[in-house]
Amino acid sequence: MRKKQKVWIYARFERFWHWAQAALIIVLGVTGFEVHGTYRLFGFAAASDIHRVAALMLVILAIFSMFWHFTTGEWKQYLPTTENLNVVFRFYTKGIFRGEPHPFEKTRLSKLNPLQRFTYLGFKLLIFPVLATTGLLYLFYNMWPRIGLSGPLTVVALLHTAGAFLLVVFFVVHVYMTTTGRTPTANLKAMVTGYEEVPVTNDTRHG
Amino acid sequence: MDNLQRFLLLGILLLALLVGGAGRPHATAHSGGAEPAEAPVWQQGEDHEDGEEEDGEEEDGEEEDGEEEEDEEEAAHEREDEERGPGGAEAEDEIPESTADHHKFEVLQQPFASGPEVTRACLTCHTNASAQMIHALHWTWEFAHPDTGQLLGKRHLINNSALAVPSNEAACATCHAGYGYRDGSFDFAAEEQVDCLVCHDTTGTYAKLPQNAGQPATEATEFPPGSGTIWEPPNLQEIAREVGPTSRQTCGACHFSDTRNPGHHGKLSPELLEPDHEVDVHMDVEERNFSCGHCHIAPKHQVEGSRYQPIGQSEERFRHHTQAACVACHGLQVHKESKLNDHIDRIACVTCHIPRFARGEAAMMSWDWSQAGQTDAEGLPVSRFDDEGRIIYDTRRGAFTWDENVIPEYIWFNGVISYTTIGDTINPDPSAPVVINRLEGRYEDEQARIWPVRVFRGVQPYDRERNTLAVVHLEGQDESAYWRSLDWDAAIAAGMEEAGIPYSGEYGFVSTEMYWLLNHGVAPAEHALHCGACHSRNGRLANLPGGYIPGRDRSLALDMIGWLLVAVSLVGVIGHGSLRFAAHRQRQASEKRQRQAARRKTQEESQQQQKKEQ
Ligand code: HEM
Repeated sequence: MRKKQKVWIYARFERFWHWAQAALIIVLGVTGFEVHGTYRLFGFAAASDIHRVAALMLVILAIFSMFWHFTTGEWKQYLPTTENLNVVFRFYTKGIFRGEPHPFEKTRLSKLNPLQRFTYLGFKLLIFPVLATTGLLYLFYNMWPRIGLSGPLTVVALLHTAGAFLLVVFFVVHVYMTTTGRTPTANLKAMVTGYEEVPVTNDTRHG
Repeated sequence: MDNLQRFLLLGILLLALLVGGAGRPHATAHSGGAEPAEAPVWQQGEDHEDGEEEDGEEEDGEEEDGEEEEDEEEAAHEREDEERGPGGAEAEDEIPESTADHHKFEVLQQPFASGPEVTRACLTCHTNASAQMIHALHWTWEFAHPDTGQLLGKRHLINNSALAVPSNEAACATCHAGYGYRDGSFDFAAEEQVDCLVCHDTTGTYAKLPQNAGQPATEATEFPPGSGTIWEPPNLQEIAREVGPTSRQTCGACHFSDTRNPGHHGKLSPELLEPDHEVDVHMDVEERNFSCGHCHIAPKHQVEGSRYQPIGQSEERFRHHTQAACVACHGLQVHKESKLNDHIDRIACVTCHIPRFARGEAAMMSWDWSQAGQTDAEGLPVSRFDDEGRIIYDTRRGAFTWDENVIPEYIWFNGVISYTTIGDTINPDPSAPVVINRLEGRYEDEQARIWPVRVFRGVQPYDRERNTLAVVHLEGQDESAYWRSLDWDAAIAAGMEEAGIPYSGEYGFVSTEMYWLLNHGVAPAEHALHCGACHSRNGRLANLPGGYIPGRDRSLALDMIGWLLVAVSLVGVIGHGSLRFAAHRQRQASEKRQRQAARRKTQEESQQQQKKEQ
C-alpha cells in the first residue's frame, strides 16, 4: 500500500466561493438561455426574475471574493507564467495517456498550474467582466438616459450572450479538467474538503 | 468530514437565499390572496404563444397585479362609502341625487312641440349651456389639430364605414347633438338648435328619427318606409323634466355599434352597456360601474378623450393632459414589480391589459362597399345575417365580416395621427391598402409607445383618375342617392359635387385600413398578457419593427457560432476522456500481461530450481 498524506490546498472561504459561484453560474446559465428564448423551462417571467436575483448575488459574491483575493494576496496565484507551460501542455496531450503523474505539484502557495493560471485569468479578466458589465447594463436599462446612454439593447445583449456562450464552453472544459487529477475525483474532493491526498513524496511509483 | 458538513450547510444556506430571493413575488402574491380565476373562455386556447399560459408564468407577475387590483377595489369602495355618507344605503335614499328637481320648474310644465322649444326652456336657467356646446366637438364636427394643422372632424373626414358626411347630412345628423343639420348650409352658431336631450335623457325614450336631420319624430312615422316599424314622437315634456347626467345609454346610442344594423357604425361595442368584470373592469355593472363620463369628463361641455388628439406618449403629456387616461388615476408606478413599471415608458398600459378585444360582443372587422348593389330576383334590396344574427350583407351597403375575441395588432404610436381627409390624394397600391388614418411613430422616436389597435379594413369607391377617396351621396329623396338608385356613378358625382371635390367620372374600388386605438374593455389584471406573450420568438410583437426584445430577438450568427463552440468543446472533452480511458485500459492490460509473464517466469525459475534441486 502506498502511503498518503493530506495536503491543505483550499481555504474555507475559497471553497465556499467556488461552489456558490458554481451554483449561481449554473442557475444563471439555465435561466439566461431561457430568457434568450432557447427553450422554455420556468416561463419567461420566472426565468427573468431568477436570473436577475442570481446575477445580483453573483456580483456581490464577486465583490467579496475580490476583497478576499486582495487581502490574502491570493490574487498572485493567478499571475500568468509561461514557465513549465509547455511541460503541462505536453502532459495533457501525451503524458496523461501514458499514465504519467501530473508534472505540477499542487501546494497551498501554488495551487494553479500554468495552464490553469491562463484560463482562470481569462475567465476573471474577460468572460466575467464582460458578463457582469453587460449584465448590469442590461439590468439597469431604464437608467440609461441618466448615464448618457441611448439606443436599443442590441449591442449589450449580444455581448452578454457571447459572454454566456464562452462561459458555457469554460464550464464544460473546466468540469472535465477536474477529472484529470491523480484520480478522477481527487480534485473534486480537494475542492470539497480543502485537502488533497497526495502520495508521500518518496513514494514515486506511478499508477 | 467536518469540513464537508460545513460546506454542505453553506450550500444549503445559499440555495435557501437563492430560492427565497427568486420566490419573492410568489410569496407576496399568495399573501394577497388574489387567486387567479379560471381563465375565461376568451383566454382559453390562447393562440400561438408557445403555450405560455401554462400557468407558472401566469402566476408570478400577474397574480401580483391581482392583488393590487384588490387594493384598488377597496379604495374604490371606500370612496363610494364616503359618497354615500355614514348612513350608507339608507342615507342615500334620503339625500336627493340632484340639487334641482326639474319637475318643479315652471318652464317645464308646458307641452313642447319640438326639440328647439325644449332647448329654449333649458337655456332660461342654463343660460350658457349652448354657448359652451357650440364649441363642442359633438356639435361642430370639426377639429383643427394644433400639431399637425389638419382640419379634422366628421365634416372633413372620410372613413371606411359610412364614408363621408357631405351630401348625407340629414342621415348622419341622427348622431349630431343638434336639430336640423340637413345640409352644408347648417348654422353652427344657432344656439337654439343644440339638442340637450340626446345626451341628458334619462328615460331611455328620447330618440331622433333616422334620416331626419337629427330631429325626433313629431308624429307617428314609419321608418324605414314599408318596414312596419313605427317611430312615435317622444314625450318631450316628460323627458325634459327627467333630465340628468349622461349615461352609457345616451353615449352608446351613437358610439356603440349594432350587430344587426351597420348604420350604427360606432367603433365601440354595446358590450359596454352592461359588461361584467371580464369584459371591462371599470364599467363592470356589479362593481365599479363607471359610466362613460367617469373618465370622459366634460368641463364646459368639452368632452375629454377625443380620438383626434389621443394621449399616451411622453410621461409629462399623459400625466397632465386629461382624466381619460389610465395614468390619471393609476399613476406611473402601478405595478409592485418594478420590472413591469420599467415597461411603461415604451408600452401603453392597454397593450398588456387589453389582451383581446370584442370579448363581450362581436366586432365588425371589415366593410366591403364593392359588394353593394346585389338585389333579389325581384330587384328588391336584401339583408343577410349569419348564424349568430349578425348582418353580413346589405344591398345598400355591401358585405361585412365580424369577429370575436380578437387579438389586436400592435404598432408604435407617438400620439400623432395623419388623416386622409376629403379631397386628399391617395396612392392606391394593389399590394398594400391605403391607410386612412396613419398612426405615426416608430421605435427610434422616444415619444412612441407600443399600442394595440383594431384595424378596420374596407373596400370603398375612389376616383380612379384623380386618386381621391369618393364622397358618395348615399341618402336622399333624389335619384342620385345611392340608397335609392344603386347607381355608383351618379351617387359619387353628386357626393363629390356637394363636397366641392372634382370628379373625373371614373370610379373604382380600393382597399383601405383604419386604425382604432384600443382603450376600452380593460381585462382583469390576472388576465393581462404575461411576459412570454411578447418575450418569445413568435409572440405578439414578432412583427413589430425596432428595438431589442429579450426572448424575441437574437443574432442567429452568434447563436450558431456559440453552439458550435459548445459542441466543439464537448466533443473535445469526450474525445480526450475516451482516449484517456482507452489508454488506461491498455496500460492495465499490458501491466497485467507483464505481471503474468513475471509470475510465469518466477514459476518457471522456481520449477527449474526445484528440478535442479531434485
Ligand atoms: C454577472 C452577472 C450577470 C448579470 C448582472 C446578468 C444580467 C442579465 C440580465 C439583466 C438579463 C436580461 C434578463 C431579462 O430580460 O429579464 C440577462 C440575460 C441573459 N443572461 Fe445574464 N447576467 C449575468 C450573468 C450571466 C451568466 C453567468 C450567464 C450564463 C452563464 C448569463 C446568461 C444570460 C443570457 C444567455 C441572457 C439572455 C440574453 C439575450 O438573449 O438577450 N448571464 N442577464
